[in-house]
Amino acid sequence: MTDTSTGMSALPASDQPRGAPVLEARGLTKNFRVRSQPARGRGRLRAVVHAVEDVDLTLRAGRVTAVVGESGSGKTTVARMLAQLIKPTRGTILLDGKPVSGRRLHQYRHQVQIVFQDPFASLNPIHSVRYHLSRPLRIHHRARGRPRVNAAIDALLARVKLDPPGQFADKLPHELSGGQRQRVAIARALAAGPTVLLADEPVSMLDVSIRLGVLNLLGELRDIEGLAILYVTHDIASARYFADTMTVMYAGRVVESGPSLEVTDNPKHPYTQLLLDAAPDPERPGPQAIQARGSAPSLITLPSGCRFHPRCPHAMPICSEQQPPDISVGEGHVAACWLRHADYNDATDNPSPAGNVPA
Amino acid sequence: MSAPLASAGQPVLELRHLCVDYGRGDQAVHAVIDTDLTLRRGEVVGLAGESGSGKSTLAYGATRLLRQPAIITGGSVLFRPDAERPDFAIDILDASPEVLRSLRWRDVAIVFQSAMNSLNPVLTVQAQLTDTLAAHIPDTSKTERRERAAELLKLVGISADRLRSFPHELSGGMKQRVMIAMALALEPQVVIMDEPTTALDVVTQRQILEQVMELRNQLGFSVLFITHDLSLLLEMADTIAIMYAGRIVESAPAEQLFRAPRHPYSAALLNSFPSLHGERKLMIGIPGSPPDLRKLPEGCSFQPRCRYALPRCADQVPELTRPAIATDSHRLVACWLHQEHELPDELAAPEPDGLSQSRRLVGSAPLPAAPESSGGPR
Repeated sequence: MTDTSTGMSALPASDQPRGAPVLEARGLTKNFRVRSQPARGRGRLRAVVHAVEDVDLTLRAGRVTAVVGESGSGKTTVARMLAQLIKPTRGTILLDGKPVSGRRLHQYRHQVQIVFQDPFASLNPIHSVRYHLSRPLRIHHRARGRPRVNAAIDALLARVKLDPPGQFADKLPHELSGGQRQRVAIARALAAGPTVLLADEPVSMLDVSIRLGVLNLLGELRDIEGLAILYVTHDIASARYFADTMTVMYAGRVVESGPSLEVTDNPKHPYTQLLLDAAPDPERPGPQAIQARGSAPSLITLPSGCRFHPRCPHAMPICSEQQPPDISVGEGHVAACWLRHADYNDATDNPSPAGNVPA
Repeated sequence: MSAPLASAGQPVLELRHLCVDYGRGDQAVHAVIDTDLTLRRGEVVGLAGESGSGKSTLAYGATRLLRQPAIITGGSVLFRPDAERPDFAIDILDASPEVLRSLRWRDVAIVFQSAMNSLNPVLTVQAQLTDTLAAHIPDTSKTERRERAAELLKLVGISADRLRSFPHELSGGMKQRVMIAMALALEPQVVIMDEPTTALDVVTQRQILEQVMELRNQLGFSVLFITHDLSLLLEMADTIAIMYAGRIVESAPAEQLFRAPRHPYSAALLNSFPSLHGERKLMIGIPGSPPDLRKLPEGCSFQPRCRYALPRCADQVPELTRPAIATDSHRLVACWLHQEHELPDELAAPEPDGLSQSRRLVGSAPLPAAPESSGGPR
């Protein structure tokens, strides 16, 4: 159902000049202090969950950056730090090149908005769509007076393809389907007039048949309005479809990043390979046994060296000793894996992405 | 149960004209409408559909596990317990409570949707496994039951020292494996799996599905696998049935459904999963929303979202029949387009040759004994 006549607007336009960086994260780290096993007697045992460590990320105008990972990889924590919902333990966030501080939160929220995963929980069941959209309009001084606010609401609903707007504005969340609710949540984020949209698993709670509609809408916002979009997902196929660049996270660290087609078609980190092999894929040529097994490590007691080495089919002695550096493996394509290091990549047969034959 | 395939291909569970409503009278919601489905011995049938399509209701209806306000309003569910006597059938919907009790779990077992919450949090894995055995095979000794429980855990790739664990000490994937072990405890002929891996990560999901397929090959049970993820079914099911708004709209061998979908909804659903290969193409999903079962459209339920809808689609419900284009295959489609002279290109692909190449999930590499424990220090 490739319909080229309706315009390819939802697809990344690769011939555009690279967008300017809008929101950047440098060395972002988050540790959560938790009480681990209840200690006998009085004292409490403290433990630290290393949720995110040393993550660099750049969101560019008119570009979608995907953060892909399994549960516990830290992808949502990254999004929440970027939204300033939680404070990073270390690291800086730059907005338009300037470091942000906690003090000018209102201004920050005006520019950076977040869309949450569950549209059944993120809208207040007792308020109408109109109320949900009028709040950010007023708070961020985008419209004043009822006629202007109402006009702005109609415009927002039209932007998220809830047509005709009049029919949706006075509905309550329970009168809308999941896809429509998520569109309202996107409209609410747009009401602040942001330049950056952080979308945390925006389609994973939606029915399969309407996911693409919501992704294509976000794609249009990127192409037409030049929004910088962070797309947090566990679904690497949708990230390949929708994102310009992709960052793969494992156990709190970035293991690979680069242009999304490059990462999925030519993966350079064994974990990315594992994710691709495990993803459902009817086009897969034949029986494909996944090579790495087991599950992600505890974030309290992390493995030494590379966090993936206990599961890695290609692990070498160095992998359990030292954290691999970021190694450039192509234009804009970086993998944190010793296999790609000049001193080691002769030692192995350069494991090729066997399960990933282009159709 | 080591040579099950001698009787492969014979029906073991047949749903005929099954109808399930929620509520009574005018306000009744028709969740499953006049549905036929056949599960053969050793076969994996995938049932795909969106939320509210009635796929879980169908499975629970077939085993009479539904509670009020659900009412089975018609049809029959024939279970053929004996491969040697294919004509002998029990109608589950008519069965007495005693028959039903002996049949559930022993012959037809279910792996429920939220395995995480289906285990009793205050009992050890061993207690839950041996309880099942004690209830259904009372003449076994305690030691026998304990040995069998250890054996079952090993079967699903968990080492026996986990018998003493409580559910909260296990990862999500391990809990799901325990649920599968419990379902297989009495060597059932039919295992119904309702979204067994939906809450799990892709890697865990794949490991568990590979294991299920391997156990199926080993033990020869049939599987009715319910999921919203059609791309998953394409890799593991022999036959796929697609449900929409309470009806099956198409059923076909997996490979044929994938290569040549005949119902507009199947085709559109296949087009809703971005590929991992090739050029990036704009995909549009399916316009509109899944219908509200309280006010289904007249005629074909998919017609308001269908790009090929004909005038008759708006007032006549199409029957699930063999389409003219695929006379010699096991394919059924409920769509008026197949009565027309010209099919849209999308639905007119030639039938793929040969049998399904499914079961691709079963890799050649044997599974290690305790895959979940290799994940580094805990």
